[in-house]
Amino acid sequence: MAELMAEVVIVGAGPAGIRAAGILAAQGLRPILVDEGRQAGGQGYRRPSPGLALDMDTLMGTEAGKYKALHADFAALLNRIDYRPRTLVWGIEDRRLHCVRDGRQTTIAFDALIVATGAMDRIAPLPGWILPGVFTLGGAQAVLKDQGCLVGRRVAFLGASPLLSLAALQYRKLGAEVVAVCDTSSFRDKIAALPQLAAVPRTLARGIAYLAALKRARVPLFDGVTPLAIEGEAGVTALRFRDGRGHERRIACDAVALGYGLKPETQLAELAGARFAFDARFRLWLPVTDEDGRAGEGLYLAGDGAAIGGADAAEASGALAALAVLHDLGLRSEHDERPALRRRLARLRRFQQGLARAFRWPVAALARLSDEVAVCRCEHVTAGDIRRAMDADLGPVDVNRVKAITRCGMGRCQGRVCGPALQEIAAAHAGLPVEAVGRLRGQAPLKPVPLGILEEEEA
Amino acid sequence: MTMRRTDVVIVGGGLIGAWTAFFLARRGRKVVLVEKGVVGAQSSGTNFGNLRLQGRFPGQYPLSLRAQALWEDIEELIGDRCEFDPSGHLYIAFNDAEREKLEKYAAVSESHGLAIEHLGAADLARRYPWLSGKAVAATFSPRDATANPRLVTPAVARAAKALGVEVVEQCTVMQARREAAGFVLETADGRSFGCDHLVNAAGAWAGEIAQMFGEGAPLFPAGPPQFVTEPFPYFIRPSVQAVDGTVIFRQIPRGNVILAGYPRTAADPIRNRAPVPPAKTLAAMRHLTAVVPALRDCHVIRVWSGIEGYLPDMIPVIGPSMTTDGLFHAFGFCGHGFQIGPGVGLCLSEMICDGSTETPLDPFSIARFRGAVAEDEKFRREFDLPAAAR
Repeated sequence: MAELMAEVVIVGAGPAGIRAAGILAAQGLRPILVDEGRQAGGQGYRRPSPGLALDMDTLMGTEAGKYKALHADFAALLNRIDYRPRTLVWGIEDRRLHCVRDGRQTTIAFDALIVATGAMDRIAPLPGWILPGVFTLGGAQAVLKDQGCLVGRRVAFLGASPLLSLAALQYRKLGAEVVAVCDTSSFRDKIAALPQLAAVPRTLARGIAYLAALKRARVPLFDGVTPLAIEGEAGVTALRFRDGRGHERRIACDAVALGYGLKPETQLAELAGARFAFDARFRLWLPVTDEDGRAGEGLYLAGDGAAIGGADAAEASGALAALAVLHDLGLRSEHDERPALRRRLARLRRFQQGLARAFRWPVAALARLSDEVAVCRCEHVTAGDIRRAMDADLGPVDVNRVKAITRCGMGRCQGRVCGPALQEIAAAHAGLPVEAVGRLRGQAPLKPVPLGILEEEEA
Repeated sequence: MTMRRTDVVIVGGGLIGAWTAFFLARRGRKVVLVEKGVVGAQSSGTNFGNLRLQGRFPGQYPLSLRAQALWEDIEELIGDRCEFDPSGHLYIAFNDAEREKLEKYAAVSESHGLAIEHLGAADLARRYPWLSGKAVAATFSPRDATANPRLVTPAVARAAKALGVEVVEQCTVMQARREAAGFVLETADGRSFGCDHLVNAAGAWAGEIAQMFGEGAPLFPAGPPQFVTEPFPYFIRPSVQAVDGTVIFRQIPRGNVILAGYPRTAADPIRNRAPVPPAKTLAAMRHLTAVVPALRDCHVIRVWSGIEGYLPDMIPVIGPSMTTDGLFHAFGFCGHGFQIGPGVGLCLSEMICDGSTETPLDPFSIARFRGAVAEDEKFRREFDLPAAAR
């Protein structure tokens, strides 16, 4: 069958990519699964480095079963797929991925591409956020799960995310002192989100259980906080904030984990031709797909890289994307699981919309971020630099022009970290809705590529 | 609908248009600068930033030297230095044939009064120990310089505006014609302008404007891919260029190395995009590490390009129209318009205000496209595709 010769490439070996690979392999295809990580699992189901004995049952808690199941399924898949770990996809052209693996350039041709590149933390800058000792929430979890390391001994968790309490619990289990969990969104926001959160009662209950566990452990919990500054000279020494009652507090700590929910990693999807639309609920630019993840000819998106949904939604959307590939190749299965998967995915994503309401991206705080605070940490561009550039005669409004004038977003991370904050600051300063100032456009290389890579022909 | 009357309308808010507006305003002319996007966004803002004097087209030296004097005075002129840096330019040769070529370039430069240092392998090893042995000879021109293209055009446009120029962004010219009383322009947003003189500085889009006056030039768009590394300690001062065209690079004081890659790539003036194929990035990286091996472990963090107008003889069109009185063209700068930009603006202002300029511009007349035009030897190696394929 000609269709069976189709080369399907999946980028990202998290829950979405693994589920997609499983479905394709079950149909007799041998997909190529490319992953930047050393081990499969993605971020949420990240495994400890080989040789490191971590009690993952304790760390994963209620999710330990899913964690084990995914890794067991992946192990069983290995001889039926072409798995390529430690492989960074940095560019794409004419249905061919350009990758670096172990210092070597390789290319991978594809007929169908499933992009399951996951998400990263959305960051709202505050004074002191570029001090050593400040980590993204996801970064703090990654070093914990991957290396068994803590970002500090006395750690404060700050932001607006259900992952604050989860990460704080994980840190506590591994021996850190959690000095505070500071949620910038209010109890009222959470009540307002309850109807949507009720779409997935089990996950809602889990979130409440995390908070209860932290309370039992007498971890100081604050909500409705206004962050004032992360203090320190050579590293973090304290977190200063105003609590929900308006009292200013200063809590000594040696590390801060910072996160305001997730933003999809859409750079590869963008280079592959996906279109984007502004989603007011998440206040994010999201790639446009149909309900199964189709984003263009031969292009499929799945997981948090398509729309923030969490691990369960990633598995469902990975399966849907793979089924869409099979369908488009003319390989239809007798039993069509797609309607059930679509319903499940819609429900899980509705829950995430509730989360975006319960844990709010701090729009107003970003609008009034003080001028001296760095927004772009790669290039050290401050909020004041951005505003001054915009105020100049013939000054820019579109964020890509702001970037061209100020260098904000031009550094190593290519605006991954500062992009959302830049959009808010620019929009507020221009007095425009945030979608009117645009989004930073992506370009290859998607991540830094070493000059001295060895080039080789495709295997 | 009322027509806005002015002395001069300039179509195109790139570097050429902005400098022309600036100098016209200094001579008291009322000027409207019309830009389809925002000022300085295409090749004016995305080029390499070289202010190179050595190795230019011989007929361009009077213009080029006049322009360099303006660059050297930029802070005085527009109140902004725009990272102008008289860093010098090192032209390197990888073999004897290339060395001879450099010597020929140097003879031309010297005949125009430029000081050129002739360097052998031993000089290079002593002065630039980070260069690999691949470079066997070089010429160094200390008066050559660099500036930040992202900053220059907006700064010049601001200075022009301060002198009374009206800068109209996001405004596309749909129609332009000559009537008895002067030029009439109509724009996509329904505005209309009337003027005595019209300057076509529309870059890669200038061919359409010329056509409105029954005039043609074989202009085509292309993108010069540019790459930048992460920052690291500053050790490369002059701008360095291989005469074989494979690599050109400079380090800025904040530490990033900027490199340009050849050949140039196709650009899409309709979608307004000039994508950089991954193979270009790889080739540029390979060529740079061959010349500066110490950069092997550095990373390329960003790539960009812009849309430039090219002509097959690799020299621009500058000067009066052959069909229409009062119309002046300045386009097709073939990737070397940045250095001469202020000079072109000054010359155009003189042609409009005085009827002529002291700077010889004959080689750049649009009249040359009436007959057969010889392709420049650079032409074939500097582009991915032969002109016929475009």
